[in-house]
Amino acid sequence: MDAPAAADPTTAADAALAARLATDLDGSFEELVSGQADRLFSIALRVLGDRGDAEEAAQDALVRAYRALGGYEAARIRELRLRPWLTTIVVNVCRNRTRVRRVRTTELGFEPGAEPAADPVARRDVRDAWASLLATLPPAQRIAIVLRHVDGLSYAEMAEALGKPEGTLKAQVHRGLATLRDALADEGHDRKEMTA
Amino acid sequence: MTRLDPNPPPVAGRDTGFAAIEAVLSTLAEPAPARLGHATLVAVGLADDYAVIDSPIGPLRVAWNGRGVSSVDGALDDRAFEQGFFARTGRRAMRVPSLPPRLARAVERRLAGDRRARIDLDLRGTTEFEQAVWLKALEIPRGEVRPYGWIAAEIGRPKAVRAVGTALGHNPIPLIVPCHRVVRTDGYIGQYSLGGPANKRAILAAEGADPDGLEGLAKAGIRYVGSDTTRIFCLPTCHDARRVTDRHLQRFHSAGEAYGAGYRPCRHCRPAAESGAA
Repeated sequence: MDAPAAADPTTAADAALAARLATDLDGSFEELVSGQADRLFSIALRVLGDRGDAEEAAQDALVRAYRALGGYEAARIRELRLRPWLTTIVVNVCRNRTRVRRVRTTELGFEPGAEPAADPVARRDVRDAWASLLATLPPAQRIAIVLRHVDGLSYAEMAEALGKPEGTLKAQVHRGLATLRDALADEGHDRKEMTA
Repeated sequence: MTRLDPNPPPVAGRDTGFAAIEAVLSTLAEPAPARLGHATLVAVGLADDYAVIDSPIGPLRVAWNGRGVSSVDGALDDRAFEQGFFARTGRRAMRVPSLPPRLARAVERRLAGDRRARIDLDLRGTTEFEQAVWLKALEIPRGEVRPYGWIAAEIGRPKAVRAVGTALGHNPIPLIVPCHRVVRTDGYIGQYSLGGPANKRAILAAEGADPDGLEGLAKAGIRYVGSDTTRIFCLPTCHDARRVTDRHLQRFHSAGEAYGAGYRPCRHCRPAAESGAA
């Protein structure tokens, strides 16, 4: 189902970067930051639901990564798969934050608007409405859905990042998607039924 | 790859109507705010922020990162500062409106003479000897001065007087590391890296150290003063020496002269340490 890791050009580029980090952390860390900042921010934004929190969480994750790399042997750094490794860090940072601040129950006031499939480059307010809906999911389902469908990780990478079997993660994603579909159906009963 | 899955989910999409939802979810990624990358590099000490502060010698640029303050510089403009900073550290510095509030308060307190105000210093790329010199200079109270030889003796390198002068000239964090409080062994004010001797005099005057009075003593060859009631001799700017009234003040040209008169060295300014080097 998921492409084998070696065939993935992103994975190959990450391996090359890991090799550079192993020999010159300070000289190549900026490359890691510029390559990962967007996805770590996106994950944090959709898990936490707040831009300011997400910015802090993404920065915190990268700073933790730098400190960890500074303490690792070169051989260990070379073997790191950077994407799942950084995912583990940012998810842990997000979990620690939500433990402090319970996820707010979002007022839906929800106007998902046009059918999402018909408007893939959805307008900002539509995307905000979807993000709010996402925030109503239980944390485990929300994290699984964000990693799979917002960030686009493979189930193999998710399993590595979250330390859970792929089957469990697939079930979480499925349950989360079903909840989203049902919420949408409740909201959209006066619109054309889009969830079959 | 296939593992036991007690609850195999249906294939996503089509029959369950997930495809439309997945399509929207895939648009929910967003670019990180532009400042995130730089802020991260600053936090780990691979880039710096800087801001302009006022000082007795005009505007100064102060740079810092997650490890501490990395530069205090009298460059005339941002471009000159950034180029010089990059040449010395290999890092980019980006100007921001002001120091972080905690650092701003600490710098203000330190410049006002409060040595307890904690300011971390980023001294990467400097030698152990240089750091020993700068940390020793940090012990000199506001309003007082010490000779180069005093620093050399105090850090256990009494013969390295010239090297001390060189290290002070390379101080990347002047004013916060008060190299302006270190003067020539003959008592003259001496050179200053942050814009020359006139600036050194101006800063010392602002701190209440009376540079004219110091040079008057230097001209007269007076290196130490003492009190004939306590029979203790001091460096002229020592806090204890400045409390001695004129009637009881004794002046000495050398430590030997003071010892000969039956005086012992002050335990605060430790003038004898310096005389050993001379």
